[in-house]
Amino acid sequence: MEPADLGQHISRRFNEDMERVRTRVMQMGGFVEQQLQQAVDALITGDSALGEQIARDDYKVNQMEVEIDEECGRIIATRQPTASDLRVMVAIIKTITDLERIGDEVEKVGFIAAKLATMEKPADNYREIRHLGRLVTEMVHDALHAFARLEADEAFEVARRDRKIDEEYEAIQRQNITFMMEDPRSIRRALEVMWVVRALERIGDHAKNICEYTVYMVHGKDIRHLSLDDAERQIRDFARSRQGS
Amino acid sequence: MQAGSDRADKPAQDDPAGVAASDRAPVQGHGAPKLSIDATRKSTVASETATIKARAESLSFHYGPVQALKGLNIEIREKQVTALIGPSGCGKTTFLRCFNRMHDLTPGTRYEGRIVLYPDSLDLIARNVDPIEVRMRIGMVFQKPNPFPKSIFENVAYGLRVRGRRSNARLEEEVEQALRRAALWDEVKDRLSMSGLSLSGGQQQRLCIARALATNPEILLFDEPTSALDPIATARIEELIAELRDQVTVIIVTHNMQQAARVSDYTAFMYLGELIEFDNTSKLFTNPGQKATEDYITGRYG
Repeated sequence: MEPADLGQHISRRFNEDMERVRTRVMQMGGFVEQQLQQAVDALITGDSALGEQIARDDYKVNQMEVEIDEECGRIIATRQPTASDLRVMVAIIKTITDLERIGDEVEKVGFIAAKLATMEKPADNYREIRHLGRLVTEMVHDALHAFARLEADEAFEVARRDRKIDEEYEAIQRQNITFMMEDPRSIRRALEVMWVVRALERIGDHAKNICEYTVYMVHGKDIRHLSLDDAERQIRDFARSRQGS
Repeated sequence: MQAGSDRADKPAQDDPAGVAASDRAPVQGHGAPKLSIDATRKSTVASETATIKARAESLSFHYGPVQALKGLNIEIREKQVTALIGPSGCGKTTFLRCFNRMHDLTPGTRYEGRIVLYPDSLDLIARNVDPIEVRMRIGMVFQKPNPFPKSIFENVAYGLRVRGRRSNARLEEEVEQALRRAALWDEVKDRLSMSGLSLSGGQQQRLCIARALATNPEILLFDEPTSALDPIATARIEELIAELRDQVTVIIVTHNMQQAARVSDYTAFMYLGELIEFDNTSKLFTNPGQKATEDYITGRYG
């Protein structure tokens, strides 16, 4: 499936419906991405007002999910999309669920950022969180980019980064255990920090899901619950078999 | 979300020397929409466990100088529903009509190739095969309900009488059976002597299905059976087709793609007299192998 294929229905209104709902998904994704970025900033700069604001704004993400769901329901009812159109609809409906969950995780981060702002900062000024936050934000950004551009190869590449995020998560966890053993007074803060890195790690999982929906949308092949290597091999074989002899 | 078996994507096996692929230049100029067809991506279903009931082999059909079918190769599976879809003029009705020799009376027409009916490997379109024999084994239901101007009972009994059924008790039993199989019995059991034309459109269509079923055909052909019916009558016919699947092989031509998706096990997409893609219905409607199929079922013409 090529991006150019998305238009060109006989019904121009169908084109417009599809385009509108895709645009709204990108708006929702953009907003979630911005919230994520700001939540990490709020934590690092100790900006409790910003943290609270982020947590409060999660309702906007929820609202967008509901609206896009309704729009998809309407398109399915009126247009009975098939083949690639149907896959786009299914992928959108699933993607916005993951975006909404990312929103929930961001809300947690914002809330904890506000709380941590009242505590003493650690000597390294949350260097690890800054690093992990950047990895996760980029992953969400690139997952949405691949989704918007129907780039299955890029989606694969982005999905692979989830491994790196999981490793970072493990590393921060070990580091925090060390902190807690060295200085029991830091336990309270360290526990909050663990909640934040846990939330960031989960966001990486959701971004990976979005990448999987992109592959499904483009190739019509469901790669969930496969290792990425197996999935990529299957997609290659699948594409080759479709090209015929 | 399952994308279907990979086996389904093998290139046509029984396409002798690429007959179907050779004559690929589309006939233009009669208002047919343009669709892109990639000969290298032609897909057909590899033989699966279901028994083959009929097989078209390099089937071509000519209306005088116009070639309506171009070397079709397709296997119809027993006790499964096969849907034929494609834009107007693609040859799907022509193909359907070949199965019970409906073209015989049209002057200047010509068949080439074979349609083999199993298990006895009878070539349905061979010159020496009697069309009456073919029609005894293969029933047809048309776009518009066409009951005879006779009683409901006689409509269904007609085919049985032609086959020499005399005993009245036996005849009544068979008529009831057929009406029950066509899900019409409860609505007409008290007025079997009334004219078939007194029924509603949907009932008339089911009467025609009962008439076709009465003689126990091996294959039942449906040519747009619901295009003249309202949604409720349509839904009943679709239900009926789903129930008939256990008893008889069904081939259905429809312009309603959602209908094809709902009622059939296999779908063939035809375009300009050629078979473009044949596959499991669920595969064809979620992830077709051909761009032309994709464009057609999603409502795009390039």
